[in-house]
Amino acid sequence: MSGAEDIGPGDGRLVLTVRDLTIQVATETGATTVLDALSFDLVRGETLALAGESGSGKSMTALAIMGLLPQPMARIAQGSIRMGDTELTGLGERGYRKVRSNRIAMIFQEPMTSLNPLMTVERQICEVLLEHGVCARGAASKRALRLLQDVRLTEPERRLSQYPHELSGGMRQRVMIAMALACDPEILIADEPTTALDVTVQAEILDLIRTLQAEHGTALLMITHDMGVVAEMADRVIVLRDGKVEESAPVRELFAAPRSDYARALLAAVPQLGAAPDRPAPSGARKVIEVDDLSVRFDISGGLFNRTVARVHAVEGISFYIRERETLALVGESGCGKSTIGKALLGLVPWEGSIRIGGVQTRGRSRAAMRPLLRDIQMVFQDPGASLDARMSVGEQVVEPLRVHGLASGSELADRAEWLFRRVGLSPDMLSRYPHEFSGGQRQRVCVARALSLSPKVIVADESVSALDVSVQAQVLDLLQELQEEDGLSYLFISHDMAVIDQVADRVVVMRLGEVVEEGPRDAVLRDPRHPYTRRLLAAVPVPDPTRQRPPLPDAAGIEEDSPIFAVGSGPARVELHDMSQGHRAALTAP
Amino acid sequence: MWAYLLRRLFESALILLGITFVTFVLLYLVPADPARQIAGRSATAATVENIRDQLGLNDPLVVQYWRYLTGLAQGDMGRSYLQRAEVSSLIAARLPASLLLMVSAIVTELIIGLTIGVVAALRRNRPVDHSLMIFSFVAISAPQFVIGILLLYVFAVQLGWFPIGGYGTFAHLVLPSVTLGLLGAGWYSRMMRSSMIEVLNQDLVRTARAKGLSKLRIVTRHVMPNAILPIIAMIGIDIGLFMSGIVVVESVFGWPGIGQLAWQAIQRVDIPVIMGVTMVSATAIVLGNLLADLVAPLIDPRIKTK
Repeated sequence: MSGAEDIGPGDGRLVLTVRDLTIQVATETGATTVLDALSFDLVRGETLALAGESGSGKSMTALAIMGLLPQPMARIAQGSIRMGDTELTGLGERGYRKVRSNRIAMIFQEPMTSLNPLMTVERQICEVLLEHGVCARGAASKRALRLLQDVRLTEPERRLSQYPHELSGGMRQRVMIAMALACDPEILIADEPTTALDVTVQAEILDLIRTLQAEHGTALLMITHDMGVVAEMADRVIVLRDGKVEESAPVRELFAAPRSDYARALLAAVPQLGAAPDRPAPSGARKVIEVDDLSVRFDISGGLFNRTVARVHAVEGISFYIRERETLALVGESGCGKSTIGKALLGLVPWEGSIRIGGVQTRGRSRAAMRPLLRDIQMVFQDPGASLDARMSVGEQVVEPLRVHGLASGSELADRAEWLFRRVGLSPDMLSRYPHEFSGGQRQRVCVARALSLSPKVIVADESVSALDVSVQAQVLDLLQELQEEDGLSYLFISHDMAVIDQVADRVVVMRLGEVVEEGPRDAVLRDPRHPYTRRLLAAVPVPDPTRQRPPLPDAAGIEEDSPIFAVGSGPARVELHDMSQGHRAALTAP
Repeated sequence: MWAYLLRRLFESALILLGITFVTFVLLYLVPADPARQIAGRSATAATVENIRDQLGLNDPLVVQYWRYLTGLAQGDMGRSYLQRAEVSSLIAARLPASLLLMVSAIVTELIIGLTIGVVAALRRNRPVDHSLMIFSFVAISAPQFVIGILLLYVFAVQLGWFPIGGYGTFAHLVLPSVTLGLLGAGWYSRMMRSSMIEVLNQDLVRTARAKGLSKLRIVTRHVMPNAILPIIAMIGIDIGLFMSGIVVVESVFGWPGIGQLAWQAIQRVDIPVIMGVTMVSATAIVLGNLLADLVAPLIDPRIKTK
């Protein structure tokens, strides 16, 4: 992996040499090696991807290069990081300050929390410029404006005086990139730069990074878990697992013929758009959920008497149904109202319209009268760590719904807990443990077991696999599938991930700004999308195949500017859906 | 902005109205008889009854309360039972001294508290941090009259740096302010410490370091402004704490403020004065909270006054 034989594009000038880098983290049981003897070279203008799942040591590597390892828990046990004549390990804080931003810059996963909420964009950019003496104080503002133009931020003059919370996620990441490029560094480290962003925004940001890299000849070290992003961005890839190098290869070689078992398994687990097997048509024709003209609006109050001055039209006039044994996918970008629908079904937010569960109208029912109906519909959330109680054993949590509904007690509960644990592929020995003793995937299994405890007919899975590593994700998806086949469950599968939806859904509903823009059978919506928004979503999905170039994104003039907030008395124009083919309906024009 | 301010002022007036009611009823229920206090121990029952009639104490509670409210609406807080003076002029004469003490105590507690908090957070889990936290613990738990007397003994009696009591010069102000501010300093140092530690672990600090900024700049420009946000709201609430402290500290140092006035009035069941002082301190607390809410959006652009 060292040497010049596998060097990618660029002029071959070496900018970074990492040799035998070993990082240890102090734990209660002693020092644990989180990165073991990693070596690589980075050449001007090339992109090297460090790919791996959580705990692989990829982020630690990035922090080590930046001299930002969390002190005093983590330390570089051995190895060297060199930039030209400068050895970075052991460089003091004072010396490192000249390297950071100046020679190596970094962008992070969460652009919101990575920016200072109390400082304007201008001050945050100027700060870097002045600290490193890039320009004089008087010229800094002008230079900052220039940088915002470079990162293709709309209305750059106005952005300068704005605060981070006034910008969208994509804009914030552009500001981070502008800041990172302020001193024209030789190396840019991007640590999961698009993981927190919507897929269309991700595509734009990746395009931007690539363009800027070409313009400046920056070497890019890309840290990611997403093999689609790797395929799209990287020249070379190092696959890490548990701190060890599993494979290091040029990107095309890796994807065409992975040599290590782990890389092969990792690539196989990546859900691919359009590669999902056919799904048999759901046999049961009975509709378990029928939603008609559902609207959820949140008031925004203000003024002298705190009256309602505006409303967020989170969900506006949505209708759909789910049949027995069927998986309906709700897809859309953040803020489109998809999660709100899930909450409305469980009565967690006030709603208008009609929701029938198992043919029974729930509208106007008291909480007590809702209870027996709610047994039929359960939820699995995105973050299994946050949706389990850290101070209650998982066994108790799994059977808590039974207790609450008064359906079982005593030894019956224990039997039921054991049965549920076996059902989701966990050993009953683990029932008395607490959530922190489980891995992310196991925790999500616990959440599934909890949802199953009441033998529901429908499970609302709200981004249930989004926080999991791909290999774990695949296992949990398999589990959900198996439960559906054996127990005849129906799913409302809420997700932003088109490739995952392709794997699990029978029918797909595409939402934008609280309304449905397209719906129909999976094959119709995903293979033959009619609405420009659906097309844009699909086109933005990174293809885990370096030989296939992702087509450029269709134009989205003004799309980001739309908002679901309206003054009282007005509302969005209702989107009208037109029949395209059997069950496939789409709005004819962009709303 | 103006609509918000108007609404908040309106709400504040409602809160104050509620406070007048609660204090009025409480004082009505107190088993001590103000008329007996005025008349003295040797007075006959007829004399006492006569005084009760004169003061209107025999009227039903509702009538008395209404009389008080209508007076208050016209700026009349009633007359002291014992001091032959309007309550408003008694308070007006003593309020400046108390306000001076309060402002200087707030400044003292913020300077001491925030400095300790910042230093402890930057040196967390080291000896400096531990000793500072022991200090703040003592400051919180020690009763104010003990601290006051201790400071008086050491710095006034033994060292003679400051006068023993009284009012007038800056030197007179120092010991009462420190005594009053020390309790708050203890609380603020702990809050600032944990708030700083929280911000130090946030992503924005990692970004600031990745930008190659100096440690001083990171702490002063990035960490401290973010860490101080939750503390601003506390300062508003704090004025309430001061009111109880002021009664004690003014007595210890012979400071001629409303705390002393309140203490005398309570001992002698001088109800109009007690009501007056309560109203003034309640107003101070309500305005303090309002002020804190108005200042917060100036520092944090995410908060919008709506």
